[in-house]
Amino acid sequence: MEKATENAKNPAPAAPVKLLGSWASSYTHRVQLALRLKGLEFEYKEEDLGSKSEELLRLNPVHKKVPVLVHGGRALPESVVILQYLDDAWPETRPLLPADAFDRALARFWCHFADDKLGPAVGAVFASTGEEQEAAVRQVHENLALLEAELRDGAFRGRRFFGGDEVGFLDVVLGCGSYWLAVFEEVTGARLVDADAFPLFHAWLRDFEALDDVRETIPAVDRLLEYARGVRHMLLGLAGAGGAANPADEAPVAAPPAAATDIAVDI
Amino acid sequence: MMKRNLTTHHSATLSAMERQEEDEDRVKLFGFWSSPYVYKVEWALRIKGIQYDYIEENLENKSDQLLEYNPVHKKVPVLIYQGKPIAESEVILEFIDEAWKHHGDRILPEDPYDRAMARFWVRFGKDTLSPPIWKWFTTQGQEQEAAYAAAVEQLQILEKELDGKRFFAGEKMGLVDLSLGPFSYIIPIYEEITGVKLIKEEKLPSLLAWMDNFLNSSIVREHLPPMDKLKLRCQAIREAFLKNTN
Repeated sequence: MEKATENAKNPAPAAPVKLLGSWASSYTHRVQLALRLKGLEFEYKEEDLGSKSEELLRLNPVHKKVPVLVHGGRALPESVVILQYLDDAWPETRPLLPADAFDRALARFWCHFADDKLGPAVGAVFASTGEEQEAAVRQVHENLALLEAELRDGAFRGRRFFGGDEVGFLDVVLGCGSYWLAVFEEVTGARLVDADAFPLFHAWLRDFEALDDVRETIPAVDRLLEYARGVRHMLLGLAGAGGAANPADEAPVAAPPAAATDIAVDI
Repeated sequence: MMKRNLTTHHSATLSAMERQEEDEDRVKLFGFWSSPYVYKVEWALRIKGIQYDYIEENLENKSDQLLEYNPVHKKVPVLIYQGKPIAESEVILEFIDEAWKHHGDRILPEDPYDRAMARFWVRFGKDTLSPPIWKWFTTQGQEQEAAYAAAVEQLQILEKELDGKRFFAGEKMGLVDLSLGPFSYIIPIYEEITGVKLIKEEKLPSLLAWMDNFLNSSIVREHLPPMDKLKLRCQAIREAFLKNTN
């Protein structure tokens, strides 16, 4: 990882913050939203994922992906890593993770669930058709049912947001990605978040998307729809590509064959 | 010598009331003898000096308790503390460090950037390094060769990160060491079974030394899986995979 100088070991929190990201990447949105929630100023640099900058490749040599946060000359990759860093480096700001160790463990557990189970399942719906898609849709429903159960009578019962009265770590992780659900429903015709089947999840998502900070962060639905249509067209056009998500990618949608870049929709 | 109370799993589910009457401060760990994820948690508990009750699960016939404590994944390890379950080794390790902050050594570093990078490398081990190593072990022919090359590429990245340090965390082991630790005995087993060396001295000297440092550390050497039994299990797994693909 990029280490500018030895002196940069403990950059003053006041050192400038820069974020490299991509406008359609929900992983980027997570970090933008987190920075906004904490009231932290930052410089944003849009990366063209089809033609990555030398800076990005230098700052994230292992994965070459966005988002990357640069603070005090040091680079941090991966949205979930960055979110926790924001809490650690700016303890005086509004915390994302809860205070209690057990509650933190729960938030992390469901964060992994979002990235390792729900995200890839949604990506599989997006990248497939016919029977394969139906199986993927069932998988998404199973995953949403688990979340719904936690909201109904599990760890998060009675809460407006996963973080409680206000949004927290898990809301940011799940929320920045769940807006794709409505977009994918429109583009693929699959029914994903049924208000009848998942009333609490549906209500949570609606409340999340209504927040000012969230509205400022997430791109307009038109742009998302156009983008998603383009990607789906490309994914299906490169035929034969099954719904198998590459587990190594931060973009859980089926990685198109080698020729395509990571113009993939993130969840 | 860390005390580990062995308990066979209850065939009948304890009622909620009975469970509450149990000593809630007692730490319990549901595990399986060959699971590397379980060992990571056990080493962490040992670093902190935490006594715990160990419950061996039969993964082919999971106990009602396990299914109740980890309904989402139905897997081990699951840690129970004050009556509440925590699942997933990554999550458990951070929990242990936080819940017993003032016991024993810290598992995660203090500095925010170092903490972040420790989490990054844990994820790297899980998402980027493990898959090709697993693939290499469970395939043959061209597929195996490709997986081998991919595994070596990722190992070289780790080698660079380790850069001659005793442990990834420095002089004492930390989160990344615990997380990658099982490789120190699993890879040699895989090498023995496949007849191919993955970690060669001339290419990965730091990693080779680290494996030794890890295995010989006081925490780890007192608690390792039975190697002969593990090797047989790995052998059976490889054979099952090869059979399925033919």
